[in-house]
Amino acid sequence: MLDNLQLLFVWAPIINVQVILEGIFVGAVFALSAYGLALVWGVMNIKNLAQGDFVIMGGYMAFSLHSMHVPLPLILVLVVPTMFIFGWIIYVVMIRRIIDQDMFVSLLATFGLSLLMQQVMNIFYGPEVQTIDMELPVYDAFDGFVTIPASKIISLVMAGIMAFAVIVFMKKSRLGQSIRATAQDPRAARVLGINTHRVSAFTFAFNAAFCGAAGVLVSIIWVIQPFYGITYSVRSFAIVTAAGLGNMPGVIAAGFGIGLFEKYVGVIIGTAYEVAAPVSILLMVLIWRQIQMKRNRQVVK
Amino acid sequence: MSDTQKKFLPYILLGLLGIFGPILFPNYTLSIAYLWMMILMASTWDLLGGQMGYNSLGNITFFGVGMYVSAIVQISFFYEGGVGEYTSAMGSIKPVFTDYEYFAGLFWGVIAAGIASLVLCLIFSSFMFGLRGPYFAIGSLGLAIAAAELTITIDYVGGASGIQMPLFPGEIEFRSTFFYIICFVFTIVAHFLLRWIYSTQFGLAINAIRDDEDKAEAMGIPTLTYKRIGWCIAAVFMGMIGAVAGNMAGFIDKEVAYPIPTFGIFMVAMALLGGKGTLWGPVIGAILFHVVKEATWPYLLNLQWVALGLILIVNIVYFQQGIMGWLQTKFPEMFGITVDSSSRDNVKGG
Repeated sequence: MLDNLQLLFVWAPIINVQVILEGIFVGAVFALSAYGLALVWGVMNIKNLAQGDFVIMGGYMAFSLHSMHVPLPLILVLVVPTMFIFGWIIYVVMIRRIIDQDMFVSLLATFGLSLLMQQVMNIFYGPEVQTIDMELPVYDAFDGFVTIPASKIISLVMAGIMAFAVIVFMKKSRLGQSIRATAQDPRAARVLGINTHRVSAFTFAFNAAFCGAAGVLVSIIWVIQPFYGITYSVRSFAIVTAAGLGNMPGVIAAGFGIGLFEKYVGVIIGTAYEVAAPVSILLMVLIWRQIQMKRNRQVVK
Repeated sequence: MSDTQKKFLPYILLGLLGIFGPILFPNYTLSIAYLWMMILMASTWDLLGGQMGYNSLGNITFFGVGMYVSAIVQISFFYEGGVGEYTSAMGSIKPVFTDYEYFAGLFWGVIAAGIASLVLCLIFSSFMFGLRGPYFAIGSLGLAIAAAELTITIDYVGGASGIQMPLFPGEIEFRSTFFYIICFVFTIVAHFLLRWIYSTQFGLAINAIRDDEDKAEAMGIPTLTYKRIGWCIAAVFMGMIGAVAGNMAGFIDKEVAYPIPTFGIFMVAMALLGGKGTLWGPVIGAILFHVVKEATWPYLLNLQWVALGLILIVNIVYFQQGIMGWLQTKFPEMFGITVDSSSRDNVKGG
C-alpha cells in the first residue's frame, strides 16, 4: 500500500493522469445510472434496487448484438428503446402497484426484481465475466505512462452526447418539464393538471433506457457479469444520497467524484476491494449525512 | 374451545411437530432443523422490522460473523497450530478432536459468536440508528455486503477458500439429531423471549417507535437505547444460530456465511408472508415458505432462483399484508391465533 502511494506521488506522479482519466471514464457511467435513479426517486419515491441490474441487462444486450456484428452506434440505438419498453412493462406490472406503499415495500420488491433479473441473465449467459472487444487502437501519452484506449474515449463522448440530449429534453420539452415538476412536488403537479401516472410510467421507462445506455458503455470499457449489478445499485444510491435529493447537477458531480475515488482506492489498496469500495463509500456517505443532519437535530429520512 | 385452549393450541401443534417430526421423518431431520432456524431468523427479524419499524436487510451480517468467530474459537482452542496454519493448509489438515474437545469447542464457539455479534451490533448501532426507513435498509444491506467482502480478504480465516469445520465425532444420525435439538431449543427460547418482550413495556415502547419515533422521543422514551437493545437481541440470536449453522454445513466460506440473496432475503420474505408485526406471523410464514420451498425445489432445476425472485415480487406486490394481516381483516375475532378450521367455524357460528 505504501509502495503504491509512493509510486503515485513520488516516483511517477504522471500516473495520476491515468487514474484521473480512468475515474472520469467510469464516473460518466456512474453518473448516468445515478441520474436515472435520482429521477425515479424524486418523481415517484421508488428506491430502485434493480438499478444495477438494468445496467447489466443493457450490457448483455449490447454483448449479444455485438456478437451478431452489429455496429456500435446501431447497438445503442437498439438497446435504448428496448430497455425503454422493458422499463414500461416493469412499471405496469409491478411499480404501479407499490407506488403508494411503504417505502420499504418498493425497496424489497425491486430487490426481488433484481434477484430475478440476475438469475435469468445467469441462465442465458452463464456466470463468466464478459466484455465487448471493439479491437480499437490504444493511444499512448507521456512516454507510455498513460494509455488511453479509443473505446473509452468513444464511450465518454457517447455519455456526453446522451447527457446533453437529456438536459435539453428536460429543460425544453413539455414532458421533461412535467417530470421535473412532479419531482419537485407531485401534489402541486397533479393540481396543475399534469397526469402524474403517465409521468411516472415515462420516468421509470426513461430510467431503464438510461441504465441500458450506461450498460452498453460498461460492456465496452469494463466487464459485465450477471451478479455485478448490485455494485451499480449501491453506487447509484451512494451518489444520490451524497448529492441530496433533487440536486441533479450534484448527482453528476458526485458520479464523477465516486468514479475518481474508486479508481484511487483501486490503485492504492488493490483490486481485492473492488466490491467493498462502493459499499464502504455508501456507508461513509450515510454516516456523513447523519452527522450533517444531527447538527440540526434531524435524521436521515 | 375456550380461550386458554386456543392460546395453547399452536404451541401444542408446534411441540408435536418439533418432537415427532424427526422421529416420523428421519430422512428430513436436517431439513426440519433448517425450518426451526428459519423460524428463528424470521422472528428475530420481525423484532426490528415488524415491531420496531426498522427494516434491516443486514441481520445476516451477524450470522456470518458468528459462524466465523465460532470456527476460529473451535479450531484455535484445541489445535496447537492455530487457525492460520489450519486454514493455510486448505483442509488437508484434519485434526481429530475427542468428543470432549469437539463439544466444548462448539459450546464456547457458540457463546463467543453471541458475544462477538453483541459487540459488533453495539458498534453498528452507534452509527446506524440516525438512518430511518429506506436508508436504514440500504445501509444495513451495505454492512452485510461489506462484511462479506472484507471477510474474504482476511487470509487468517482462509480468505476466499473458506474453512473446513472440525469433523463431528459420532454417527451421521446422531449428528443430525444433535444439531436438530440445538436449533429447536434456540428457536423455542427465542420465541418465548420475544413473546415475553412484546408483553412488557419494552414491547409497547418499540411499537411506539415504529408508529412515530419523534413523538415517542418527545414522550421521554430513550429511543436509541431501546433500538439498540432490540437490534442486539436479534444480533445475538443470529450470531449464535450462525455458529450452529456453520457446524451443520461442515464447511464455511463467503457464500455459506453471508447468504444475502438466500437467508438474508428469506427471513424478510417469510416475515412479510406471514404478516409482519405479529408474534405468529413470522412463524407461519417460515413454515409455509420452507415447506413449499423444500417440496418444489428439486423439480425446478435451474429455475429455483428465478422462482424465488418471482415469489418475492408476487408476495410483496400483491400480498403485502401477509397471512396474519389477511386473517386480521377477514376474521378480526380470532386476532392473534393460528389458523385452524374448527375455530374458524366457531367464529362464523358465533
